[in-house]
Amino acid sequence: MSDHEYTPTSKVGKWFNDRLPLLTLANHLTDYPTPKNLNYWWTFGGILTFCLITQIVTGLTLAMHYIAHADMAFESVEHIMRDVNYGWLIRYIHSNGASMFFLAVYIHIFRSLFYGSYKSPREIIWIIGIIIYLLMMAAAFMGYVLPWGQMSFWGATVITNLFSAIPLVGEGIVTWLWGGYSVDNPTLTRFFTLHYLIPFLILGLVVLHIWALHVPGNNNPVGIDIKKPSKDTVPFHPYIVIKDGFALLMFMIVFAFFVFYSPNILGHADNYIEANPMVTPAHIVPEWYLLPFYAILRSVPDKLLGVVAMLSAILILAVLPWLDTSKIRSAVFRPLYKQFYWILLADVLILGYMGAMPAEGLYLLIARVATAYYFLHFLVILPVLGFKEKTLPVPLSITEPVLGGSPNLATAKHNESFDK
Amino acid sequence: MSDKKPKRREFLFTASYAVGAVGVGAVVWPLVDQMNPDASVKALASTEVDVSSVKPGNTITVLWRGKPVFIRRRTPEEILEAKSVKMEDLKHPEKDEDRAKDPEWLVMLGVCTHLGCVPLNDKGDYDGWFCPCHGSHYDTSGRIRKGPAPLNMEVPKYEFVNANTIKIG
Repeated sequence: MSDHEYTPTSKVGKWFNDRLPLLTLANHLTDYPTPKNLNYWWTFGGILTFCLITQIVTGLTLAMHYIAHADMAFESVEHIMRDVNYGWLIRYIHSNGASMFFLAVYIHIFRSLFYGSYKSPREIIWIIGIIIYLLMMAAAFMGYVLPWGQMSFWGATVITNLFSAIPLVGEGIVTWLWGGYSVDNPTLTRFFTLHYLIPFLILGLVVLHIWALHVPGNNNPVGIDIKKPSKDTVPFHPYIVIKDGFALLMFMIVFAFFVFYSPNILGHADNYIEANPMVTPAHIVPEWYLLPFYAILRSVPDKLLGVVAMLSAILILAVLPWLDTSKIRSAVFRPLYKQFYWILLADVLILGYMGAMPAEGLYLLIARVATAYYFLHFLVILPVLGFKEKTLPVPLSITEPVLGGSPNLATAKHNESFDK
Repeated sequence: MSDKKPKRREFLFTASYAVGAVGVGAVVWPLVDQMNPDASVKALASTEVDVSSVKPGNTITVLWRGKPVFIRRRTPEEILEAKSVKMEDLKHPEKDEDRAKDPEWLVMLGVCTHLGCVPLNDKGDYDGWFCPCHGSHYDTSGRIRKGPAPLNMEVPKYEFVNANTIKIG
């Protein structure tokens, strides 16, 4: 991985490193050459790592007080809020932490979309990222069920019922997921188990995500290949560490604002009513971060096709590196793509808003148009754009626009091939 | 090496894989099946309900297998409305006679066939039920008329034990 051989200075260090090269790994991570033009949109990887660790630590401590039983779960959560020392703080960090996690992951994903970070040779990084995103949604959904409030119960009912859309075996799968004939205690205990497991799976995938990243190295705002290390790079430590640290502090201010000043604004009041299988809340809404997909589900009038559309909306991202036919990565040099990018962002935000509104009248119509556009973007616009778009000239290096010329010939040659 | 030996080896490999697959399957199945409804869940299979206090036009909701069951004593107008619907107007064609053995009593799972919410009584465009989650409308026979739900609300197995008691399940 590292471009030079590393030898620890101390004798003990050398002895240890010869047997387990952890110090070589640490050295690789510190010296890791990073493009020097990375902007603040690149700090969300570090922020996401922070979010994951926060969720694991607060989750472990909550699990010491929570009781996964249909008769006691709701009360045990109130017990955490009222009796456990700092229980309110830990739970509010955990529940708002989920929202912060998704906020950061959406910025991270849209950063990648803008700068073409998913393109060759970074497809595997991107696909691992999509798997992490899917696992995050599963963990968030199951975590939301654990307090056993009305939204927990009915959210669990609606989402598990999505599987009943599968022909023939659907009903059997739903019964199997529930461990009964409705969402009940067996469902709660297994969701708790899986909710506990998934963060550690995510942690493992994060290691792979970073490993895969360190093979080609970071993409950058200009989106060109650079020689590493060179005048175009800076070592990860201290340059990126400080930048990431500063961004993390800014992020934590937003995080703390939610935790301390409006800890329930992202939740639903209905979840402070204990689960009741006899009454469905008047308006079931998932958490904000799932709303765009919920809007897609509801905009299709057929049960099975609705579920298919919703799942496709997520899975289509996994094949994005092959749907986007343009060789130019960064939207900075793609005048048309840049506009479609912002339209897509607006489209997703509109879908999110429609997902929160009742599925009727004008809302439903707008959601349908937005759903159609979402798929149009990925299946038609992106593939065609790669052939039709006239891209702007790409600089030979990161320093070239400032100083002129490229510090390395390989990059210059590589980029010439794009100009044809 | 002669021709015979690799064949023998291939056979042994295939046989080993096959035995291994059976072994893995035998271990995996209990791990999967433990998630299916257990004996205590299955034991709660039937419920008896006293319906003597239900007046025409009223619905009671009882819990059976963790799910709500609607028991509605229908008015003559509702029965007439349910019977007068043409089969071709229905998304999931079922005759009212087949859904309510005694036309006065409609017994069905109060579970929307879309994604499992509990529909609301006396609501919707067809004087029956309306599901608030995703907007499915059901008629006075609990049949789907409008919205994303694919099927009519399910009629469970039930019987009148005597004039006042219904046994569900």
